[in-house]
Amino acid sequence: MKAVSATAASLTLNIDGQDLSCRAGETILEVARENGIAIPTLCWLEGLSLWGGCRLCLVEIAGSPKLHAACATVCTEGLHVTTNSPRLTHYRRMIVEMLLSERNHVCSVCVSNGHCELQSLAQKLGVDHVSLPYRFPKLTVDNSHDLFRMDHNRCILCTRCVRVCAEVEGAHTKDVKGRGILAAIIQDLDQPWGDSKTCTNCGKCVNICPTGALTHRGTAVGEMVKKQEFLPYLTLMRGCGK
Amino acid sequence: MTRTITIEGVTRIEGHARITIQLDEQDQVRDAQFHVTQFRGFEKFVEGRPMTEMPGIMARICGICPVSHLLAAAKACDDILAVRIPSPAVKLRRILHMAQLVQSHALSFFHLSSPDLIFGMDGDPTTRNLFGLIRRQPEFACDGIMLRKFGQDIIGLLGGKKIHPAWVVPGGVSAPLAPEHREAMLRMVPEAYQRLGRGLEYFHEVEDRYPAEVDAFANFPTLFAGLVQPDGLLEHYDGVWRFVDERARPVAELNDPRRYGELIGEAVENFSYLKFPYFKARGYPRGIYRVGPLARLVVGQRCGTPRADQELGVFRTKLGRAPQSSFHYHWARLIEILYGIEMIARLLEDPEILEPHVRARARPNRLEGVGIAEAPRGTLIHHYRIDEHARMVWANLIIATGHNNLAMNQGVKQAAERFVRGKKIQEGMLNRVEAVIRCFDPCLSCSTHALGQMPLRVELLGTQGEVLDVSQRP
Repeated sequence: MKAVSATAASLTLNIDGQDLSCRAGETILEVARENGIAIPTLCWLEGLSLWGGCRLCLVEIAGSPKLHAACATVCTEGLHVTTNSPRLTHYRRMIVEMLLSERNHVCSVCVSNGHCELQSLAQKLGVDHVSLPYRFPKLTVDNSHDLFRMDHNRCILCTRCVRVCAEVEGAHTKDVKGRGILAAIIQDLDQPWGDSKTCTNCGKCVNICPTGALTHRGTAVGEMVKKQEFLPYLTLMRGCGK
Repeated sequence: MTRTITIEGVTRIEGHARITIQLDEQDQVRDAQFHVTQFRGFEKFVEGRPMTEMPGIMARICGICPVSHLLAAAKACDDILAVRIPSPAVKLRRILHMAQLVQSHALSFFHLSSPDLIFGMDGDPTTRNLFGLIRRQPEFACDGIMLRKFGQDIIGLLGGKKIHPAWVVPGGVSAPLAPEHREAMLRMVPEAYQRLGRGLEYFHEVEDRYPAEVDAFANFPTLFAGLVQPDGLLEHYDGVWRFVDERARPVAELNDPRRYGELIGEAVENFSYLKFPYFKARGYPRGIYRVGPLARLVVGQRCGTPRADQELGVFRTKLGRAPQSSFHYHWARLIEILYGIEMIARLLEDPEILEPHVRARARPNRLEGVGIAEAPRGTLIHHYRIDEHARMVWANLIIATGHNNLAMNQGVKQAAERFVRGKKIQEGMLNRVEAVIRCFDPCLSCSTHALGQMPLRVELLGTQGEVLDVSQRP
């Protein structure tokens, strides 16, 4: 039987035992957030394009053996979604542990100590130690910009800075170079930030960065508090809907 | 046949160390050495970090005196920024510093050293520790703990947390003092005086029981060095760095911290990770000097606070202007606690202490800076160089315990010569050798703080390195 258009635009699904309805085209993450169901994220930010890189929003869908990224999975009729289970917690903890071991995240002496999304998430997930061996890569700090600082040791490659710079500010100063473990955030053609001709010094990348990777220059330990009042207006600022 | 006695794991000090005593064929001490066996590498791994992170990173060197490293690092950064920091910020930093002086000295005297004085150097090692002290003299032990609490509470109220506060920043401090915190600190002062008064009384009861130890605990003429105000008042935060001789006569003075290299050099010995600073004009190792509470009281003319000056008068009447035995570090430490409490009270009463302007902001205006402060254990020097983007390229730290390294080594040898002899090595003999080290309150900057229950392993080694005898402390 062909569905009438009114019902085609709305779907029903079940998240964590709650029967919910949503509009067609909405993702699981959006529906969950609208209904007060918390799913952790790091790379996703309302108003920016979809990246799906951090994998923290993985959820279980009944009938599917694999896990699905809630930010990138569009709802379909009759979905049964589980956002919290021992299996998911195990994977989320493992992801955070991998992020912590991949570069040099030393919370105690980080300028963002106490104001860091990665740190808060690790605390929420009960990451009291990292079971993987640390890589201790030799990474640099780009302190060449007059106002801001890029510390590659603290970067988790969520690319929020790349997207906000390209999609909202329209400068596209930042991008990603390299692949896999060698990937890194760059400015222009891999130049020191201070030499960038395209950077407008707007500071959105700094305030949107979830960790201590992008900070104000001259901040001391624990001092970097991000100003995120503009985040709810990102969609408007971007000017083209989602 | 010569023998070597190794005291592996010196107890009731802050950090890891080992003492070896070499005996000759007649079982007389031929030599003794104090080895610092831990390696930290702070100077290396800060390379590349932004300069403004230095106070926070350097404070992590130690959990007992992080404030000294915070201040020396912040002063080195102030020097690089070339700013004059606001006067209330200087006063707030001084309060923080004094609070740490009180808690660190209380830890050294009450927790670590007093068991030797109360139970005797030959006392049963199973009870000659803080826990034995709590059983024997609960009120005295409580005074020590509460004096530490006094200092730690003030650090917590000022800096937001008691250990490793990140409140001291290049250019000043990150937040002004809240009026209610000032009141809370002032309320704690009378009790601190009372507790220290009891501690001093008790010290005077027991101090005369140890004439042999006074005689042989690093008792030799050396130079003394410490910060002092130009008019001769005791100083811990700023001022000039002065060297005086064994009769307290000034021999050298440093007004510009950046020129410290003209006064002292650093030697390296292959038996220790800790370097051996020496007074250049006298060469190595003749340029031996001591720092810390005893040295500060010798270098300074007077304290400048009434109660501490009164006690200093008693100290000098009894021991002279420049006591040579390091045993007297204990008394000097108690006088400095008194001074610390008085200074905290005085600074808190200062009319500008609640001023909101507590931070000067600037970009680096130099590529090099040096900060000097007096840590509880002595003069602490942080020396940094940065690149044009304010990233660290080089650091040199000369810590208080380093300055005393030559004196500690000679002191260990002196005590060993005096107390260790014969074929049968007794625990009390070795404890005296350790107790010399405790006089200096060395901070070897480690996360382990033994409480006298760490197994003490003594090995007697033959000339070929074969183990002749082993004894293990219970």
